[in-house]
Amino acid sequence: MITSSLILSAILFVLGTFGVLVRRNAIIIFLCIELQLNAVNVAFVALSRLVGIDGQIFVFFVMTVAAAEAAVGLAIIISIFRHYETVDVDNFNLLKW
Amino acid sequence: MVEILFYVFAAVAVGGAFGVVLSRSPVGSLLAMVATLASLAVIFILLEAHFLAAVQVIVYAGAIMVLFLFVIMLLNLGHDYRRDVKGGVFALISFGVAGGIAGALIRQLRGGAALDAFTSPAAQAIDAAQAEQGVVGAFAQPLFTTYVVPFEITGILLLVAIVGAIVLAKRHAV
Amino acid sequence: MLASFAVLLTQAGQEAHAGTSTFVPFLPGWVILLPLLGFVANGVLALIHGRTSADAVRAGGELELSPAGSRPLTHTLPTWIGPGVVLLAFLIVLVNFTRMLGVELHEPVIRTYWTWIDTGAFRADAALQLDQLSMVMMLIVTGVSFLIHVFSIGYMGDDPGYARYFSYLNLFVFFMLVLVMAASFPLMFVGWEGVGLCSYLLIGFWFSDREKSDAGKKAFIVNRIGDFGFLIAMFLLFAAFGTLDFTTVFAQAPERLAYGGTIITAVTLFLLLGATGKSAQIPLYVWLPDAMAGPTPVSALIHAATMVTAGVYMVARSSVLFALSPVGSVAVAGIGALTALFAATIALAQYDIKKVLAYSTVSQLGYMFLGVGAGAYAAGIFHLMTHAFFKALLFLGSGAVIHSMHHALHHTHKDWDAQDMRNMGGLKKFLPLTWVTMWVATLAISGIWPFAGFFSKDEIIWSAGAAAVGPFAGLYRLYWILALAAALLTAFYMTRLMVMTFHGGNRTGREEARHLHEAPRTMTVPLAALAILSVFGGWINVPDRIRESFLGGGGTLPMSGWLHHWLEPVTAAAHEIQLSHVGPVAEQAPFGGGEVLWGAISTLLALGVVVIAVMVVKGWKLVPATEAGEPESGLRKILYHKWYVDELYDRVVVRPLVRASRICWKVIDSAVIDGLVNATGYLARGVGWFGSLFQTGTVNTYAFILTLGVLVILGVVAF
Repeated sequence: MITSSLILSAILFVLGTFGVLVRRNAIIIFLCIELQLNAVNVAFVALSRLVGIDGQIFVFFVMTVAAAEAAVGLAIIISIFRHYETVDVDNFNLLKW
Repeated sequence: MVEILFYVFAAVAVGGAFGVVLSRSPVGSLLAMVATLASLAVIFILLEAHFLAAVQVIVYAGAIMVLFLFVIMLLNLGHDYRRDVKGGVFALISFGVAGGIAGALIRQLRGGAALDAFTSPAAQAIDAAQAEQGVVGAFAQPLFTTYVVPFEITGILLLVAIVGAIVLAKRHAV
Repeated sequence: MLASFAVLLTQAGQEAHAGTSTFVPFLPGWVILLPLLGFVANGVLALIHGRTSADAVRAGGELELSPAGSRPLTHTLPTWIGPGVVLLAFLIVLVNFTRMLGVELHEPVIRTYWTWIDTGAFRADAALQLDQLSMVMMLIVTGVSFLIHVFSIGYMGDDPGYARYFSYLNLFVFFMLVLVMAASFPLMFVGWEGVGLCSYLLIGFWFSDREKSDAGKKAFIVNRIGDFGFLIAMFLLFAAFGTLDFTTVFAQAPERLAYGGTIITAVTLFLLLGATGKSAQIPLYVWLPDAMAGPTPVSALIHAATMVTAGVYMVARSSVLFALSPVGSVAVAGIGALTALFAATIALAQYDIKKVLAYSTVSQLGYMFLGVGAGAYAAGIFHLMTHAFFKALLFLGSGAVIHSMHHALHHTHKDWDAQDMRNMGGLKKFLPLTWVTMWVATLAISGIWPFAGFFSKDEIIWSAGAAAVGPFAGLYRLYWILALAAALLTAFYMTRLMVMTFHGGNRTGREEARHLHEAPRTMTVPLAALAILSVFGGWINVPDRIRESFLGGGGTLPMSGWLHHWLEPVTAAAHEIQLSHVGPVAEQAPFGGGEVLWGAISTLLALGVVVIAVMVVKGWKLVPATEAGEPESGLRKILYHKWYVDELYDRVVVRPLVRASRICWKVIDSAVIDGLVNATGYLARGVGWFGSLFQTGTVNTYAFILTLGVLVILGVVAF
């Protein structure tokens, strides 16, 4: 089952990456990032069956940090939205040469 | 039995993930995400990480997703004139790249008899601790002794995040 | 004032006698330094004049090409500084000369001032050499140039570039003195190049006229070809000797270099190339006639008396080297003889008075080359000296004529060429002093006894014949014949010049004739001084045999073979080499007869040609230039067009070079090199453009690149 979990984790992670690459809505991109984090959590938990309880502790911290990150990130998106009236990342091209 | 459950919920998780990525409306993505999170919680239980399953449902699915939902609601999204999902060559290439990564990872991760030992010494230690101190106690024991420093720091991190979020989202006085 | 100078001179001269029997030079460095200071001072004055003129123009006024005489700063001061420094230099040279007279100098005295070049292998010092040869040259250079400076006061008085003129002239004297006083080949080369530069500056003095500035460029460029020869010779000498000081090289030459060997032949031939450039011999003479575009005093000084003689001086100085190479010597003599005849033929058909004199100079330089090529180095220098006198006189005289003609034509605004002899005629009425002095010079140059040119030219012709011993006897015999023929032609064309200019009826026009008058005293006094030198100047170097004969008044006239003896320490080494390898010179001319006989024959023939020429030219129907036009056909046309040499050079040398340069410019430089450079620019732009494609600003793109990188790393790790 551990192997299957790891494979599941890989698939979820890749799906999350694909979502980051393909989606245009900033919030959904964020969501896909959360998906990636969850995939990693699964991997950690699966491997904790081999290594010890530390895996699960780590997952705890990942979740906490994910929460904090989600809060701050969404706040940023809100403030960007106030300026651009949209959350389409194609409009946020100030980095363009 | 456990195997079957595992595969079922893994399928749900993957399906939910597809839903997140491919759904046209943001709320749809969100709901698919919730489904994925719930399935992952079940998988955690199957992996004997009961506390984490609870935390997953309560914090992740319960709080973070609700936060996302609030923001989507607040910004009144979903009425874009353009398709939300990028199509065309870029999507194909991205899919290819992502698939390539998946292939490489799976190739690496599939192997070794050691990875199939669900009942390894470490696992038995966890089970013993869970039996002795309860599910929460087995988790809290290392958290508050070995990992107390990260724990405290995480607390500060959360404080900073709260303050930051408030500052960022505040409507600045004109 | 003159008396006090004389006292100073004798005192300084006597200082040499007091106790020591060695030659102590008297301020040799100042001889060179004074003209240089003159150049700087006059140059500053010229710049001031130029600036005030420019200011006036900028302030809205017209370009004020007013005569410089209105400004004391730019007229009075140069008048005193220009000739003044040269006079002082001349006086210092005189002091040194009197000192040297009282001493039997066997080795040159060398004054080293500082180390100029000091690399590991090569060393050259800034050193001046004072010996008999350099003393003669210094006297000629400073003396004649002083007279010409004085002449220029009158001639250039109205010119706005007055101060600039004197600064350039002083600079020229400086460089010429460096040339003749140098103690080593490199320093001589500095002077060599410097006089070439001044020649360019002075020929193109009126640079706003395109033709004149082109003439200056031509002079410099043709000179440069000769300079290349000089440089190669220097390199060869350095390779053979390891040093380029005169004393060392000439002392070691007989041992180190094989007589008639390849190295010495190559050295002398390359030196000859350099000399042909500077002294306007075949094939590099073409710049000298064009150089007449410069002011006439410049023509007198640079292209008659001094700069063009640098080649002759150089050969005389390197007499040891030329004596060691019979091929080199016969080449020098051959080019000299050929040029003498060739230029004389061209002079027969020229109408511009200065052009006639220019070709005459080329011809006479040929004589000097013939002399030094035949081994008679003292004879060549002797002719150099007498030629300086009468040629400078001829040029200055023609300058007076042109000055007068200009004045007259200016008054009536007639558009005629003031230098064309066909526009002159009968000027003896108006310019009597000029007429007399120029006849003196004409008789001198034609080799009429007892004027200066007779003795020097006669000695050269005799030396050519006397050198007809040894391996190249036949050639020297030929040269002897050519030289005689050229002498006769010289007499003819010079007489033609005199008759066309001064005799017969005046063709300038009645109105203009009223304004023709003699030149001012600043111009006529130098003419008179040079005339005296042209008469008696030859009496200082008469060989014994002639002196004893009727040509020397049976020994009663105060003639002497002084110059020969004076230069003996310098030429002795060369003569010894000649004696030991070839043997003594002949006692009889090629077809029999002694020195006295042929001297008498040549002077009688020359006199006869003069008389015939007077009659012939007087019989010509001469009309002013505008009516006459060019000669149409036959030999006259070829001679008038200078044997089409310039056209030949243009077609064979100049045009291919221009074409090659154009290819270098348009193809190699513009297309290839610029193309390459531009291509690198375009390449950089292209790379930049390609890189810019990645900067879309969208998160997705950046995440994609990230993911791609992850894939690559995974690939590397997994496989």
